Amino acid sequence: MSDAATASAETVARPGAFQEFWRYFSENRGAVIGLGVFVTLVAVALLAPLIAPHDPTMQNRDALLVPPVWQEGGQSAYLLGTDAVGRDLLSRLMHGARFSLFIGLVVVTLAMAVGVTLGLIAGYVRGWLDVAIMRVMDVILAFPSLLLALVLVAILGPGLMNAMVAIAIVLQPHFVRLTRASVMSEKTRDYVTAARVAGAGPVYLMTRTILPNCLGPVIVQATLSFSNAILDAAALGFLGMGAQPPTPEWGTMLAEAREFILRAWWVVTLPGLAILITVLAINLIGDGLRDALDPKLRRS
Amino acid sequence: MLHFILRRIALIVPTLFGITVLAFGFIRVLPGDPVLLLAGERGLSPERYEALLTQFGYDQPLWRQYLDFLGGLAQGDLGISIITKKPVLTEFMALFPATLELSFCAMVFAVAVGLPAGVIAATRRGKFLDQAMMGTALIGYSMPIFWWGLLLIVVFSGMLGWTPVSGRMSLMYYFPTPTGFMLIDSLLSGEKGAFASAVRHLILPAIVLGTIPLAVIARQTRSAMLEVLGEDYVRTARAKGLSPMRVVGLHALRNALIPVITVIGLTTGTLLAGAILTETIFSWPGVGKWMVDSIFRRDYPAVQGGLILIALVVMVVNLLVDVAYGFINPRIRTQ
Repeated sequence: MSDAATASAETVARPGAFQEFWRYFSENRGAVIGLGVFVTLVAVALLAPLIAPHDPTMQNRDALLVPPVWQEGGQSAYLLGTDAVGRDLLSRLMHGARFSLFIGLVVVTLAMAVGVTLGLIAGYVRGWLDVAIMRVMDVILAFPSLLLALVLVAILGPGLMNAMVAIAIVLQPHFVRLTRASVMSEKTRDYVTAARVAGAGPVYLMTRTILPNCLGPVIVQATLSFSNAILDAAALGFLGMGAQPPTPEWGTMLAEAREFILRAWWVVTLPGLAILITVLAINLIGDGLRDALDPKLRRS
Repeated sequence: MLHFILRRIALIVPTLFGITVLAFGFIRVLPGDPVLLLAGERGLSPERYEALLTQFGYDQPLWRQYLDFLGGLAQGDLGISIITKKPVLTEFMALFPATLELSFCAMVFAVAVGLPAGVIAATRRGKFLDQAMMGTALIGYSMPIFWWGLLLIVVFSGMLGWTPVSGRMSLMYYFPTPTGFMLIDSLLSGEKGAFASAVRHLILPAIVLGTIPLAVIARQTRSAMLEVLGEDYVRTARAKGLSPMRVVGLHALRNALIPVITVIGLTTGTLLAGAILTETIFSWPGVGKWMVDSIFRRDYPAVQGGLILIALVVMVVNLLVDVAYGFINPRIRTQ
C-alpha cells in the first residue's frame, strides 16, 4: 500500500516533491515505525511458503495445544505452540498475513476504483446524475457497515471472495464523497478553466487535470480503508461469514480458537495480536501520510 | 431554525425511500424461491405453496408487491419472524432497550475517559504524557474488538472471576422488567444484589463497545483543543492572568467541543444500530445479536425488518445530532 501511495504522490506532485513528502513523513516517528512493521509484514506474507516451519493446514495428532516454546511443556519445533488439532500456530500466522494483506489490497483497489470514478462523475457532471449517485451512497451509509457487509455476504454466500466484495461495497461511499467534494472545489479553479479554454475535453479534464489534484485525501482515506478492510474481514471471519476453516485467516482462526479461551491463551491471543499489530502499523502510516500530504495539518 | 430542521427532514426522505427499496429487494435477490425460503427446511405441498404465494402476494407484479410492502410499513407492519412467529416490530422493540442501555453506558465510558484524556494530551503537547496517551488511543482505534472482548473475558471473568461471562442478569434474580433497562428495573425490583449484578454484567461489554469511540473522542478532542489553544482569545485570557485551569476548562474547551459533539453524535448512531460484535461475544440480548442470529437462522423477514428499523434509528439519531449542532453552532443553519 505504502509503495503505491508514495508512487502516486510522486507522479502527482512536481519534481522533487517526493523528497519533500519524505521529509515530512519521516518527521513522524510513529509513521516510520509503522512503515517498518508493514514492510516486514509484506515480506513475511510474500515469503510465507518458504520461511514457515510447517504446512499451515497440516494436523499433528501428537502435538495438540502445545504451548509456546518459552512456556512449560513447549516444544522447539513449535515456536508459538499449536492449536487444538495440532497445527503450528507460527506457520498459520505467517500464512494469515498473506490473506489479510491480500484482502486489504483487493478491497481498497475495488472500493477506490469504483468510488473515485463515481465521485469524479458526480462532482464534475453534477445535475441528476450527481443526485442519483449521492442518494445511493446515503442509503449505503445509513447502515452500520459491518451489518450491511454481513447481509451482503448472506446474499452472496459465505466465503473470502464474497466477503471482500461486500466490504468493498460498504467502504466505497467514503471515496465517492471525498472525491466529489475535492472535484467540486478544484473544478472552479483557474487552471481548470485554462485547460478547458485550451480545448481539453471533459474526460481529459476529469482524469488528467482535476483528478491528480484530488488524490491527497483519497490516499489518506485509502490507508484508513485498508485497515478497516482487514478489521471487517477478520470480524466476518470471526462470525463465520468470511474465510472458511481451515483457511489460516486470522479472524477465522480466532473463531475456531474461541472455545479454548480459558485453556490455551496462545490460540486466542496470538491471532488477535497479529490483527492489532497490522492494523496499528497501517494506521500509523495513515497518520504520517495525512501530516505529509495535507499542508493545512502540517505541524499541528 | 424551523426551516433548518424541515430541510434536514426533507433530505432524509429520499434516503428512507432507498432503504425500503434495498430492504424490499433483499429477499428477492436471495438465491431461490422466496416462498420456499420462508417455508424453511420442511418443504411444502403444491397447494400450500400456491396458497402462500397468494398470501404473501408473490403472484402480483413486482411494483404491486413493493407498493403493498410500503403500505404495510406505513402501518408499522414489518412482517412476521419465521422462527418466533411474532411481528418483527415487537421483537425489535423488546430487544432494543438492551442495546440502548449498552450503548449509553459505552458512550458514558468513552466520553468520561476520552474527553479528559484529549484535553490533557493537548495541554501537554509533545511531552511524554501526550505521546503515551495518543499512542494508547491509536492502539484502541486499531483494536479488533471481538478479540479485545475475549481478552477481557479471559482476564476478568476467567482469571480474576470478577465479572460474569455473558448475559444481562444473574439467574438468581427474577423480577419484572417494565422499562427493559436492567439498571433501572433491578433498582425498582428492590431485590438485594440485583443492581450490582446488572452492573457487573454490563461493565465489560460497555468497555469493549466504548473502546473505539473513546479513542476517536480522545483524538478529536486533542486536535480540536490544539486548534483552539492557538486562538487569540485564549491568548487574551492568558494575558488577563486567568489560571490555566480556567483558560483550558472554560475558554478553550467550550469552543473545542463543537467538533467533539459531532463525533459523539455520529458514533452514538452506529452504536445504537446494534453492536454486532460486542453483543455476540457477550451473548447480550440486543438488536445486534438478534440480527446476526436472524441471518444465520435464515429468518429473512426479521433481517428485512431489522435492516429498515436499524437504518431508521441511525437516521433519526443523525438528524437529532444535526439539529443539536444547529443549536450550538448558528453558522451551520444558514449553509
